[in-house]
Amino acid sequence: MLEALEGSQAIARAVALCRPDVVAAYPITPQTHIVENLSRLVAEGDMHTEFVSVESEFSAASVVLGAAAAGVRAYTATASQGVLLMAEVLFNIAGMRIPLVMTVANRAVSAPLSIWNDHSDSMAVRDSGWIQLHCADNQEAVDTTIQAFRIAQETELPVMVCMDGFVLTHTMEPIALPEQKEVDNWLPPFEFSRRLDPDDPKSLGTLVAPDFFAEVRHSHHGAMLKALDVIAAVDRDWEGLTGRACGGLLEVSGPAEAKIGILAMGSTLGTIAMGMEHRGPDVASARLIKLRAFRPFPAEALRAACDGLDHLIVIDRAISPGLGGVVGTEVAAVLADVPGAPRIHNHAMGLGGRDIPETVYTDLVAAIADPDAPAFSIFDADLQKLAPEDR
Amino acid sequence: MSVANERGERLSELRQKYGREPLPPRAEGTADTPREAQPKFRGLDSGHRACQGCGEALAARLVMESAGPDVMIANATGCLEVFTTPWPQSAWRVPWVHSLFENAAAVASGMEAAMKAKGRNTKVLAFGGDGGTYDIGFQALSGMLERYHNILYVCYDNEAYMNTGIQRSSSTPHSATTTTSPAGKERMGKRHLKKDLLSIIAAHHIPYSASASVAFPADLQRKVRYAMGIDGPTFLVVHSPCPLGWRHASALTIEVARRAVECGLFPLVEVERGAVTNVMPIRNVRPVTDYLELQGRFAHLMKGGDARAEEERAHLQALADYNIGVFGLKGEGEDPVDTGGIAAVGRSGRPAGRV
Amino acid sequence: MIEYRIHGRGGQGSVAAAYLLAATAFHAGQMCQAFPAFGAERRGAPVTAFVRTDAGPIRLRSQVRTPDFLIVQDGTLLQDAHITAGLKPGGGMIVNTTRSSDEVAKTFGCRALAVGATAMAVEVIGRPIPNTALLAALLQATGLFPIPSLAAALKDRFSGEVLENNIRLIDRVAASVDKDIWKEPAVA
Repeated sequence: MLEALEGSQAIARAVALCRPDVVAAYPITPQTHIVENLSRLVAEGDMHTEFVSVESEFSAASVVLGAAAAGVRAYTATASQGVLLMAEVLFNIAGMRIPLVMTVANRAVSAPLSIWNDHSDSMAVRDSGWIQLHCADNQEAVDTTIQAFRIAQETELPVMVCMDGFVLTHTMEPIALPEQKEVDNWLPPFEFSRRLDPDDPKSLGTLVAPDFFAEVRHSHHGAMLKALDVIAAVDRDWEGLTGRACGGLLEVSGPAEAKIGILAMGSTLGTIAMGMEHRGPDVASARLIKLRAFRPFPAEALRAACDGLDHLIVIDRAISPGLGGVVGTEVAAVLADVPGAPRIHNHAMGLGGRDIPETVYTDLVAAIADPDAPAFSIFDADLQKLAPEDR
Repeated sequence: MSVANERGERLSELRQKYGREPLPPRAEGTADTPREAQPKFRGLDSGHRACQGCGEALAARLVMESAGPDVMIANATGCLEVFTTPWPQSAWRVPWVHSLFENAAAVASGMEAAMKAKGRNTKVLAFGGDGGTYDIGFQALSGMLERYHNILYVCYDNEAYMNTGIQRSSSTPHSATTTTSPAGKERMGKRHLKKDLLSIIAAHHIPYSASASVAFPADLQRKVRYAMGIDGPTFLVVHSPCPLGWRHASALTIEVARRAVECGLFPLVEVERGAVTNVMPIRNVRPVTDYLELQGRFAHLMKGGDARAEEERAHLQALADYNIGVFGLKGEGEDPVDTGGIAAVGRSGRPAGRV
Repeated sequence: MIEYRIHGRGGQGSVAAAYLLAATAFHAGQMCQAFPAFGAERRGAPVTAFVRTDAGPIRLRSQVRTPDFLIVQDGTLLQDAHITAGLKPGGGMIVNTTRSSDEVAKTFGCRALAVGATAMAVEVIGRPIPNTALLAALLQATGLFPIPSLAAALKDRFSGEVLENNIRLIDRVAASVDKDIWKEPAVA
């Protein structure tokens, strides 16, 4: 049944449906409403969890690490600076292969200070070894959150559910939440094979010398690759239960005969789809590729999705200064050995919350025709605002 | 009473599962010595890779003996973590996790929350060195105490970053040399005071915090047992000499630790809810030079004819005198608490390393 | 799809107004989307919020640039000549002001409905929060959604005396505004 809910409120309720035993979080814009809603659920007795109000994101991540290591389901949420303050723990959690779920309300990273949406935060920890799933709308965010608990358990990997800060977290829209009974039946009780247990004492997080470290990394990498199938399977299973899917690893829409493709992560693609719908008569249509799983990276699915394209526009919501777009670079690498692969046009946009209008579709398609266009640009930067030497 | 029974049963159960061969029965009529009366569960077993004479390894073993088997540990990065768990080996016989340098208190908070959620009363311990406690892990520790988690935090204080090779910490005593506070023409070692951590901990008004020393094992173990019985945050800082970092002979660990207490530089006190409730009295107060002279880290203070050295020695003596005055450490007559400790670690009927 | 932009000052419940309007549409069987212009503003600073309503799912997530309707919660914001920027031809603005509708309409060259929302809110709910009064006026003038849908949206958010007072307020405003005067788009 649909309800008109603010994204953050819906996420809090979705988390509650998964019955985490321990929740630890530190407030940061734009994640705050998630923590507040969780606190309210606890205060009203609608959620039974050990809610640990920590003194920093660093401790939030550490608390959920300890909780999950001790064998219970745990959850945290953060954004931006919080992700970076957690960074050391995030690598640690993943390296120890601890199943956890964390919502990232994607926000730019300071300086300059910006509380607004882009993907700089989760991108900064892309190599931490967490699964990273991006959500296109609040329904997907709810569904992905619940799925994430199962993916984490099945893969023994931590899962980051990335949702655009403000654009999703603070937006009210009709959202369907499953029944408690449905989730209880769908989500198995928490299991962690290496949990701390006085009846079977184990040492976790030990020192590993050079003679074993490479093997640890190899098995982590292998687990991430195996997670591709799990992510897709869990989404299919969820569809069986609710009739709703989130697109598995990636989702392709738009006309099959299109020669232009547009790939994006998160909420951007909805606006682009509307731009395509409202485009002028002379503007070409495009195949839209919604990249849901950023880590692990679905190379094979992406190659298939790009089949027959002449051009692929890759939209990044963060940049790697001195290189360009991270998603664009990775897509190019994956398509590099594909015969007749599309030409990549990589643009960053919507950095630091810059509003993306639907007219961007037409502008993006038009930019393909420009033979002098650089391989990468910040598409919506207004260079007139800069001193001449910085343009 | 029922809790004690439960613990006892669990202990024997676990000992059966993981313990060594039981000792042969004792001849009738012989009484337990105080040491023999201690629980014998070896939470931290032998075979680890600590240096000879490591005060921290000894302290951790003593803590684990008293804490018993129904515990789990979050261990900060540091010597203790490194020398006990070179993968795939581990010297721990209890569930143990190491995450990072600065988050042992927070990881322990999560473990404790998990135990609460599960309805279990397995006690969570957090271990850190002085680096992970006084310095980088200080915020997480303060948060844990403020949130009132049921955790015993033990700081093994060897007064410098020993794991990375003897760099100064905020626990390094004034004028001690480390690789980042060397003595030279312009400097007399560390220029700053040892942080008074116990006062800061006490300011959280937690049920119990105390200082202890490896030189007084009976006292240390009593404090651990007392803390274990409290449902709430408790804190213990254990003075643990590091022969490598303090530059003394490995055989002198206990003697050095004892002299730190006996000169007043490391007072053994107990604080409950912010108030000092007990101190270990010093029968014969020694001059601080008795303590300093055993250690290479203070060698620059012992040079005759150096006015700077004289001034620093006087400063350290003043610090010790201050402690003795503030805590009323000057005891009269025999002290009932520490004798068992000294006897227990003595070898061949003679306290180890007595010079 | 109908798009709305709400202008107000921090503390006047502009974001709440956006959520209420979206929820009203939802209760009337429509799809909806509401979000604030995510500022870091403090109490008293100008704030903006956006709403979209439609029969089908709404995928567009940009800010509302060409609103069909404007809600202005604070008369002092009328000093900003750009407040009507992007207003669709035939669109209208509901304004909380003591000035007359004609005067506002003339100033901005669009349909305008002036509502003394602050005074009515103070009188009925005892607080100068104009948002629900303005929403009631919008609903009554446009006939977009029935007043009971707004009451249902209020019930999701409030309870007890606050709810009762707000329901009295919207009924009173509805009674004071001519019904469906904006039902048809104005001739631009």
